Amino acid sequence: MVGLEHYLAVAAALFVIGIFGIFLNRKNVIILLMSIELILLAVNINFVAFSAYLGDLVGQVFTLFVLTVAAAEAAIGLAILVCFFRNRGTIDVEDINVMKG
Amino acid sequence: MTSADFNILLPEIVLAVFAMAALMFAVYTGKDRTAPAILWATAAIFLVLALFIGINGDGAQAAFGGLFVDDAFSRFAKILILVSAAAVLVMSHDYMAKRDLLRFEYPLLVALAAVGMMVMVSAGDLLVLYMGLELQSLSLYVVASLRRDSAKSTEAGLKYFVLGALSSGLLLYGASLTYGYAGTTEFAGIIGAATAEDLPLGLLFGLVFLVSGLAFKVSAVPFHMWTPDVYEGAPTPITAFFATAPKVAAMALFARLVHDAFGGITAEWGQIVAFLSVASMFLGAVAAIGQRDIKRLMAYSSINHMGFALMGLAAGTAFGVQAMLVYMAIYVTMNVGTFAFILSMSRDGRVVTDIRALNQYSKREPLKALAVLVLMFSLAGVPPLVGFFGKFYVLRAAVDADMAWLAVAGVIASVIALFYYLRIVYYMYFGEETEALDSGMAPTQWALLMVAAAVMVLGVVNLFGIEGPAAAAASALVD
Repeated sequence: MVGLEHYLAVAAALFVIGIFGIFLNRKNVIILLMSIELILLAVNINFVAFSAYLGDLVGQVFTLFVLTVAAAEAAIGLAILVCFFRNRGTIDVEDINVMKG
Repeated sequence: MTSADFNILLPEIVLAVFAMAALMFAVYTGKDRTAPAILWATAAIFLVLALFIGINGDGAQAAFGGLFVDDAFSRFAKILILVSAAAVLVMSHDYMAKRDLLRFEYPLLVALAAVGMMVMVSAGDLLVLYMGLELQSLSLYVVASLRRDSAKSTEAGLKYFVLGALSSGLLLYGASLTYGYAGTTEFAGIIGAATAEDLPLGLLFGLVFLVSGLAFKVSAVPFHMWTPDVYEGAPTPITAFFATAPKVAAMALFARLVHDAFGGITAEWGQIVAFLSVASMFLGAVAAIGQRDIKRLMAYSSINHMGFALMGLAAGTAFGVQAMLVYMAIYVTMNVGTFAFILSMSRDGRVVTDIRALNQYSKREPLKALAVLVLMFSLAGVPPLVGFFGKFYVLRAAVDADMAWLAVAGVIASVIALFYYLRIVYYMYFGEETEALDSGMAPTQWALLMVAAAVMVLGVVNLFGIEGPAAAAASALVD
């Protein structure tokens, strides 16, 4: 039987993978965006699992809002990334280094 | 869904409709030629709405079944947000126009960010908190990379975006845990579940994640990494905006969340906030010492100031919230004045941000140098200027809440921070002779610089009566 704790465990694993993806990734900014999506996915699984467990619809409504905002966020992120690529000709994480200190 | 609910939301609705209508108007007519008109109109609407909220507001009302709260606390924060955003818009006109940056999207994105901030400070539910925060953040990501042909500005935007999205993720994860263990997303329901006697571990985890997400937004250490880079890379008027209104909104949201939703477990979050406060005060003070770029220096300065504001919050009392609000009002005024001056720093029309360019400034511009001196002393918290009273307020709040160690740490940090503020003054008055900065300054910038400096001196009489409204705001939040 798959219970609440299984969902929470999967969500926690996805969340941690997402966080590590942001901090350990040295290659490509697109992977950062994917890691962010992973974090939001973990949150959505949490919300839906709790919603089913509690028998309360608010969690699912919250999930829909998160999905919508995530789409807008990805659009803005990619737009900024395109501008960055035009200026620098690269999207490697190691090359985001004009400012330091 | 009655008209009474919509009446409570009227300022937000007016601003959102204005932003969308002006966007359509500009796209179908003169595009960027309409930008100056839209900029002034936006600033005017901000001021009108601030006046409206100040005069019309009365008591505490909740709209849409408690999702949206209008009380003295949210009104205080909204007026501060709107007035400071208007000041930043007004002083940015000259800078933006000279550098071909005056696009019509700029004031409208600021307006949308302001709507987000107004929703944030009125949130009565985790969902509303999240929507307000995202509306603000998404607008800010775009304005940070407004100068899209500059590597620095787009890099600032990219860094802000990645770390901002990460912080939203942390906050949301906290929100999901809170929802699961409290069974509701409403603050009024969460406070019933989060009691000191019987606190589920999941709820404590949720609180920690929520606080870390918000700490990102107020740029508290250890979540401050984005601040110096974004401050340096973004165009200066945008930096001025980042340093003022969003900080107020994030601090107010912080206060609302910890008191409205977690008011029953003050001791638990008090420790976390006290740690954030100490770390921010010291890092902000120490890391700024080596900075030569005035925008980076202001970034560390704002980290330091956020540490002091968090000290008021860490006290966990009504007086602490009052101290935090007074501190934020003073901080915003000082930053508006300082950035009005930084905006005017140029040599042959090119932007200069190196503090050594200020050498011997007092010989050429005695009045402006004096105003900057007053602002720097006030930022450092030197008595008898107003900045000192802000610090005094939060220190007293900490001492009253039996956190004397926190107050002592604050005093030590402010002594360290004194060094870099004084260095700017030293360069202006005793520095070596260098090439002069341009002497011109837009009238709006000059006026804001002088007004801010005058406020810092004249405010010592009674802080312009801000204590009363701040106390009312605090008592609306904390019973």
